[in-house]
Amino acid sequence: MKIIELGRTVTAANDREARELRRRLKEQGTLLINLMSSPGSGKTTLLSRLITDMPDLKIGVMEADIDSAVDAEKIEALGARAIQVHTGGMCHMDAGMTAQALEELGGQGLDLVFLENVGNLICPAEYDTGAGLCLMILSVPEGDDKPLKYPLIFRESHGAVISKLDALPYFDFDLEKCRSRIEKLRPGAAVMPVSAKTGQGMDRLEAWLRQQLAAWRS
Amino acid sequence: MHEMGIVLHLAKTLEETAAEEKLTKIGSVTLQVGEVSGIMTDYFVDCWNYFRTRHPVLAQAELKIETAAAVTYCGSCGRTYPTVKFGRTCPWCSSGETWLVTGDQCVIKEIEAEGGEEPEES
Repeated sequence: MKIIELGRTVTAANDREARELRRRLKEQGTLLINLMSSPGSGKTTLLSRLITDMPDLKIGVMEADIDSAVDAEKIEALGARAIQVHTGGMCHMDAGMTAQALEELGGQGLDLVFLENVGNLICPAEYDTGAGLCLMILSVPEGDDKPLKYPLIFRESHGAVISKLDALPYFDFDLEKCRSRIEKLRPGAAVMPVSAKTGQGMDRLEAWLRQQLAAWRS
Repeated sequence: MHEMGIVLHLAKTLEETAAEEKLTKIGSVTLQVGEVSGIMTDYFVDCWNYFRTRHPVLAQAELKIETAAAVTYCGSCGRTYPTVKFGRTCPWCSSGETWLVTGDQCVIKEIEAEGGEEPEES
């Protein structure tokens, strides 16, 4: 037996697969967005609104979940391409699973592909899926202290959507405090308060997504 | 569930390393796990012992875990302190403007292995 010094992170193989997938997607001009949040933050409702509001963009959705196909059925009813991915009990998606799911979806020719990661603020943030953009959703009822409790997901996300803005009058959610907490974790992150129900703030989020797509293709 | 996910990634990275280095058998794996990595080491080792049997190259690979201390830096006074004892608040100046410097890592430090390329004869 000989000793080999490695000094490699445990996820080295995943990181390599993620870089390869990102390069492929860049060539295709498809922007893959890793959408992360806790369960019940309104991911599917937000995506439904985006698909309806931006009919000129070809959008695909991959719904990762431990079980069920409820979400994918809702998205498909709107005319977008969607598949359900079962993680087989895993708490997160990794690059290999994402590449396989993209193949299943038929990612070619799409402008935006949303990977709805498993509902969880911890594990999904620890694995590179190969996405070109990480976006997280924090809903008003969850509270403005989440950046303090789960810093990694905010550090990893290029943008944070504050969802269920219509519920703001009923909760002690301090939007400015939340904004500055996110800014500390990731300076320059786009913080976008929206209500997918009333449409408030959706224009800004949609403009930001179009801008990110243009940057990805330039 | 969380530990099992990390075990899968560890196995994948080791199998890739074994293929690159043409290793036939890995005898032990030394991991450096940070104090605040969120990994339960006992449970992690149990998951590994279950999982390694499925991979011929890894079946004998015993997992050795070294714990790495977590250190936090204070942006207000510029000093560092042990994270586990004091958490997010600086014990020197009571500031909350602090950042973890090290302690959340999970790194494969070294492996013991058989096989691999012999030095070329001239």
